[in-house]
Amino acid sequence: MQFQTTTSPHTAANGDLSRLMGQVLLALIPGALLYIALFGAGVLLNLLVAVASAYACEALVLRLRRRPLRATLGDNSALLTACLLALALPPLAPWWLAALGAAFAILLAKQLYGGIGYNPFNPAMVGYVVLLISFPREMTLWLPPAGLAEGGPGLFDSLAIFFGAAADWDAISMATPLDHSRTQLGLNALLGEVRADPRYGLLGGSGWEWISLAWLLGGLYLLWRRVISWHIPVGLLGSLFLLSLAFYIGDADSYSPPWFHLLSGGAMLGAFFIATDPVSAPSSARGKLIFAAGIGAIAFVIRNWGGYPDGIAFGVLLMNIVAPTIDHFYRPPAFGQRRG
Amino acid sequence: MTNPGDAQQALWQFPGGLHLADEKQLSSERPIARLATPARLVLPLRQHIGAANQPLVAVGERVLKGQQIASAEGYVSAPVHAPTSGTVAAIEEMPVAHPSQLPALCIVIDSDGAEEWIERHPLGEGYRDLAPLQLRNRLRERGIVGLGGATFPTAVKLQPGPGRRIDTLVINGAECEPYISCDQLLMRERAAQVLAGIAVIQHMISPAQTLIGVEDDKPDAIDALQRALAEAGLTETRVVAVPTRYPTGGEKQLIRVLTGQIVPSGGLPAEVGVLCQNVGTCAAIADAVYHDRPLISRIVTVTGRGVATPQNLEVPLGAPMAALIEHCGGYVDGVARLIMGGPMMGFALPSDQLPVTKGCNCLLASLAEELAPPRAEQPCIRCGACADACPAELLPQQLYWYARAGNLEQAREHHLFDCIDCGCCAYVCPSHIPLVQYYRHAKTAVAAAEREHEKSAVARQRHEFRQQRIERAEREKVERLAKKKAALEASKRAAKERAAAAAAAGEAPAEPAGDARQDAIQAAIERARKKKAAAAAAGVAAKNVDDLSEAQRARIAAVEARRARQREASGEAKDDASKGDDNGDTRRSAGS
Repeated sequence: MQFQTTTSPHTAANGDLSRLMGQVLLALIPGALLYIALFGAGVLLNLLVAVASAYACEALVLRLRRRPLRATLGDNSALLTACLLALALPPLAPWWLAALGAAFAILLAKQLYGGIGYNPFNPAMVGYVVLLISFPREMTLWLPPAGLAEGGPGLFDSLAIFFGAAADWDAISMATPLDHSRTQLGLNALLGEVRADPRYGLLGGSGWEWISLAWLLGGLYLLWRRVISWHIPVGLLGSLFLLSLAFYIGDADSYSPPWFHLLSGGAMLGAFFIATDPVSAPSSARGKLIFAAGIGAIAFVIRNWGGYPDGIAFGVLLMNIVAPTIDHFYRPPAFGQRRG
Repeated sequence: MTNPGDAQQALWQFPGGLHLADEKQLSSERPIARLATPARLVLPLRQHIGAANQPLVAVGERVLKGQQIASAEGYVSAPVHAPTSGTVAAIEEMPVAHPSQLPALCIVIDSDGAEEWIERHPLGEGYRDLAPLQLRNRLRERGIVGLGGATFPTAVKLQPGPGRRIDTLVINGAECEPYISCDQLLMRERAAQVLAGIAVIQHMISPAQTLIGVEDDKPDAIDALQRALAEAGLTETRVVAVPTRYPTGGEKQLIRVLTGQIVPSGGLPAEVGVLCQNVGTCAAIADAVYHDRPLISRIVTVTGRGVATPQNLEVPLGAPMAALIEHCGGYVDGVARLIMGGPMMGFALPSDQLPVTKGCNCLLASLAEELAPPRAEQPCIRCGACADACPAELLPQQLYWYARAGNLEQAREHHLFDCIDCGCCAYVCPSHIPLVQYYRHAKTAVAAAEREHEKSAVARQRHEFRQQRIERAEREKVERLAKKKAALEASKRAAKERAAAAAAAGEAPAEPAGDARQDAIQAAIERARKKKAAAAAAGVAAKNVDDLSEAQRARIAAVEARRARQREASGEAKDDASKGDDNGDTRRSAGS
């Protein structure tokens, strides 16, 4: 009798890439729902456009590279990139912003380097930073969260703005708490005065803090499912916390408290969902801690003294650059190398 | 601590590892059955790790059960014995269970059904009077190899090396790989035999303590060992239940769990004072020592959902695998793969027409859906699941890149050879990359490159030596020729001189005495001659001529005369230079 020959191991866990990416997408759901609930349908529109653009670009490149479409499109990685990008965008933006960002992420940051597994930079963050630098106005116009201001744009107005109609931004937009505190503190206002503004909540920004907590919830799910390890979230949030704590203790009038930093901007989303992208992060445990601590430190510096309200995206990209070097220097010893 | 009931002790952990569905109950519920000796046995000459053997029998020769039929060539080697009595039908290349699927030299024995033993010399308890060396030789001659799967010659392993003391003897009854239950059944049914073998090893290496490690999913085996231990009265020997986690049965992993010791990377357990033996090997040692029974059979787990009645069989070596399957009720419809060993480390066989060898612990016949079929390889996303699962704390990802790129130097630097092929990395890989296959390929390539390197180093040495030899021969030849030529020329010149002298003596060439210099020379010659003549007149004769014979005097006189004639005839500078040296000249002439 003849048998099929395979190489060992002859059995495998039933995980695969699409399932892995699916877990991350699943963990995004609570935060995304809250984001939509607080900031309106624009978020949903961003998501739809980014996903469509990402899939179209991925399919185009795969066809050009004569690669099988189904296997790669089915791995959910383009979907995840598009979702992460869309969830980082302001809630109301013209449609082409999300489309362009997703196209940059997939075409330049991912496929030009050889597709999944070969990208040295986080694709979603490349797309985000390209937009942030090229379209600073569109990228910094945020709506107030629901319940904070009267007369936000209705669904009709949102659709109009989304499809490119000019809007009276001064009437409907509101600086994010990170942006606001940075501007006000820069004008030598005292922190107490700044935080008296209604846009500040209990810990972070009103509304924003809840979204951050939802990202944290999703992140804990990923930790529990062992999709990610604790090193990157702890490294990133830890360094952000310690740095902001040190400055807050040193000068509580001019620096925001650490809990505000953790629950504002992209800190939580970045720590659990973006910096944890394994392709562009170091592989060793110590390397991950260093990598993540670097992101936290860069974000803190940019938030306080840089030209942008938030710095998570820049932190991720800058640390992506050094990730291979970190891997080179932090090679853990093999079993039996360190004598017990 | 001699209380065998005490299984409580501090345990350590090895890194990585997996929890796998053990599937052992498939085969472990039935007792060990005995496979009747098939009519024809095929015995590969090489059934161990190490040098290949040479046959000791000829075709047509009758052999007895237990008779050695192949010699152990080399130190790391083990002989092969006839599992039954019969006739050697052939000695030829036949297919064997080897990943290369290359045929190997085998001895084919047709059984005569008599099971007639060769004369045996059982030692019984008398082994205690023998020195370790004698016992090692016996184990070596009886073909005992490690039965855990690696088939390393036991006699070699039982020699820890000069100056090394073994503190802890670790007995490996972990049997961590799914499906396999042959060690479990052995411990359950033949615990006393296992302990007898352990006692032999203890006698040979005198360890301070002995730890028998059994995974805690085999309480029956642990119970049986503990009961037998109470009867056997072995001192400082304990049965330790270890957590079920693949690959606890790996040597370095089990040593870590039981003793906390970490065997150095690239090193041997003896370096940390530990020696490890499998329970099956212990039973084989007891057989060889107590009953003088060489290694001619083993227990094989025949299992999987592709076989009708999974169970453990005691099988004479050389039996065709198809006979084992048949004994277990044959295949079930839909059987897809036949694996020798377990699902993690075994290798898939192309057919069941292959002989059972010393290393064959399990035959796993699986249905198509039973074991995950190989899936399409996708790019590595560096998720690190492999590194988390690796029990050797390697970086499987990096090893994979290096192996794929053929960067063997880097692969070695990343401890490629600490990889134990356990398959944990490939098992967890979400991209379905056959990592172990890449490492195996790289290991083979490194080994081949090393052999190539050695060969080229030897060739280079030989080439350089040859080059030197040729150069030396060339140099010597040139020197010899030069010497010869010089000698030739010297003799030629002498002959010419003689000829010239003879010619000069015959005819006096007219010398044109024109210039002043020639005149001066002539004048000097004249002066010298006058001085000589004056000296002769004064009675000053040349020395050493007083007691010469008449003949000699006559010859001297003749020479003198010839010279005088010569001087008179020509004004050569040579003669001019020798003026005033008449005495020496004379002496030389006299001596010639």
